[in-house]
Amino acid sequence: MAMVLAPEIPESGFSFENCKRNADLTKKGFAVPKATKTGTTIVGIIYKDGVILGADTRATEDTTVADKNCMKIHYLAANMYCCGAGTAADTEKTNAMIASQLELHRLNTNRVVPVVTANQMLRQYLFRYQGYIGAALILGGVDNTGPHIYSIFPHGSTDKLPYATMGSGSLAAMAVFESRWKPNLTEEEGKQVVRDAIAAGIFNDLGSGSNVDLCVIRKGSVDYLRTYDEANKKGVRQASYRYPKGTTAVLSTKVKNVVVEEVSVRHIEEMDTSS
Amino acid sequence: MDCSTDWLNAPESTGTSIMAVEFNGGVVIGADSRSTTGAYIANRVSDKLTKVTDQIYCCRSGSAADTQAIADVVAYHLNFHAMELGEPPLVETGAAVFRELCYNYRDSLVAGILVAGWDRKKGGQVYSIPIGGMCVRQAVSIGGSGSSYVYGYVDANFKPGMDKEECVSFVIKTLSLAMARDGSSGGVVRVGIITPEGVERRVVLGTELPKFYEG
Repeated sequence: MAMVLAPEIPESGFSFENCKRNADLTKKGFAVPKATKTGTTIVGIIYKDGVILGADTRATEDTTVADKNCMKIHYLAANMYCCGAGTAADTEKTNAMIASQLELHRLNTNRVVPVVTANQMLRQYLFRYQGYIGAALILGGVDNTGPHIYSIFPHGSTDKLPYATMGSGSLAAMAVFESRWKPNLTEEEGKQVVRDAIAAGIFNDLGSGSNVDLCVIRKGSVDYLRTYDEANKKGVRQASYRYPKGTTAVLSTKVKNVVVEEVSVRHIEEMDTSS
Repeated sequence: MDCSTDWLNAPESTGTSIMAVEFNGGVVIGADSRSTTGAYIANRVSDKLTKVTDQIYCCRSGSAADTQAIADVVAYHLNFHAMELGEPPLVETGAAVFRELCYNYRDSLVAGILVAGWDRKKGGQVYSIPIGGMCVRQAVSIGGSGSSYVYGYVDANFKPGMDKEECVSFVIKTLSLAMARDGSSGGVVRVGIITPEGVERRVVLGTELPKFYEG
C-alpha cells in the first residue's frame, strides 16, 4: 500500500515478479519472445606493451541479423575495456553498471583502478544472478601491475589467461591463437593475429559477421579502432540495372474522378493549458 | 538455426582430478588443469589449487563459479579470523568454514572441495568436503570425476609415513592415471607442497607426465 509520508521506494536490481505469470502463459501455448543474442566472436590477447581486444559487429535475433555494425567492445574505465557476448542487453547494462562503480571507486581512491577489481566486481555480480544474466565477457586492461586478460562466464567463474576467446565463434578464433600466439608479440603482430582470429569467427561462424573492431590498450594510452577491417566489402555493380522511364509501354489510360458526397467540418475547442 | 550453442550457456565446470596427501611435516596437493564448458575446453592451463590463507589451500572440483565464489568467501572469513586471533587460522577451522557454506547451500551448490594445509597444532592435514557438505579428515583423499578411476590405485599404493618426495611422486602418478582415463581431466599436473617453511609450487607438463600402459 502506497503511503503519503513514506512512499514505497522501488527495490533496486532485477525484478522477477513476472516469472510465474510468464511460465503460466508459456504453458498455455504463448511463445516466449527471443532476446537479442550477440552470436559473437570476441577475443583478447596480451602483447609486449599491453593488451589488444577484438570483436565482430554482428548482432542476431534468432536467425535474423538485427544490427550489422554494432559495438561489442565496451568502455569500463580509462585503462580498461570489456568485450561482451551472449544476451546483448545484459552485456551492455552489466558493463555500464560496473563502469559507473569503477569510476566512483577511482574518485574515492584517487588511483588507477586495478583490473582485478573490475574482474571481482563483474564475477560477484554475475554469480549473484546464478547465470540468469547471460553475459560472457572478456575483460582487458593495463594497470600498475601490468597487462591483464580475464574471461568471465555467465555463472560467475573467471579465468586469467594470456589469450582468450568467447562467444559462438570462440572455437574458430581459438584455433588461430593456439597456432599463432606467442609471448611478447609486437603491436603490429598482435593486431594482425587478433584481426585474423576475429576474421576466422566472421567467416566460419554463422552467428558472427560484418566488421572487425579492435581496441589496443597500452600503459597510459588507448586506441579504439572502430571498423579496423571491413571483412565483408560489398561488391560494386559493374553497370546500372535500372530500367529507364518508359520501358514499359502504356497501352491505355483511364481517369476516374472521386465523387465527394458529403463534407463536414467539426470545430475542436483548444485544450485548456493555463493551470 | 539457433546461433547460441549449448556449451556457451553451460556452466563452466571443473570436471576434474584432484588429490591431497598428508605426510610428516606437511601436505602435498595436486590437480589437473582442464576446465570445460560442455564438450569444449574453456581453459587448458587452469589452476584449481586455490590459496585460502598463507598455509591453507583448497583443491576445487565441480562448478567453477561455485567453487571460486566459496573460496573467495572462506578466504575473507579466515583473513578476518586471523586478524582477530592474531595468528594463522587452523586448517580444521578453514575446513569448518568450507563445510558450513557447502552444507547450508547444498541445494544450490555443486562443489567438491579438498581443504589442505599445515598448522602448528596438528601439522599437515587434509579434509574432504564432498557435494552434500560433509567434512572428514583423511590421510589421503582424491576428488573430481577422474578420481573414480584411481581409487584402487590409491588404496594399493598409499603407505602411511611416506616422505615429501614420495608423496609428490605418488600424487603425480595417480593424477596422470586419472587424466588418461577421464575425458574431463587433462592438461598439466599442478602440485603444491605446503610445509611450515611455506608453499612450493610445481608444474608437470603434459609431455613430462609418467607413462603407463597405453594399449
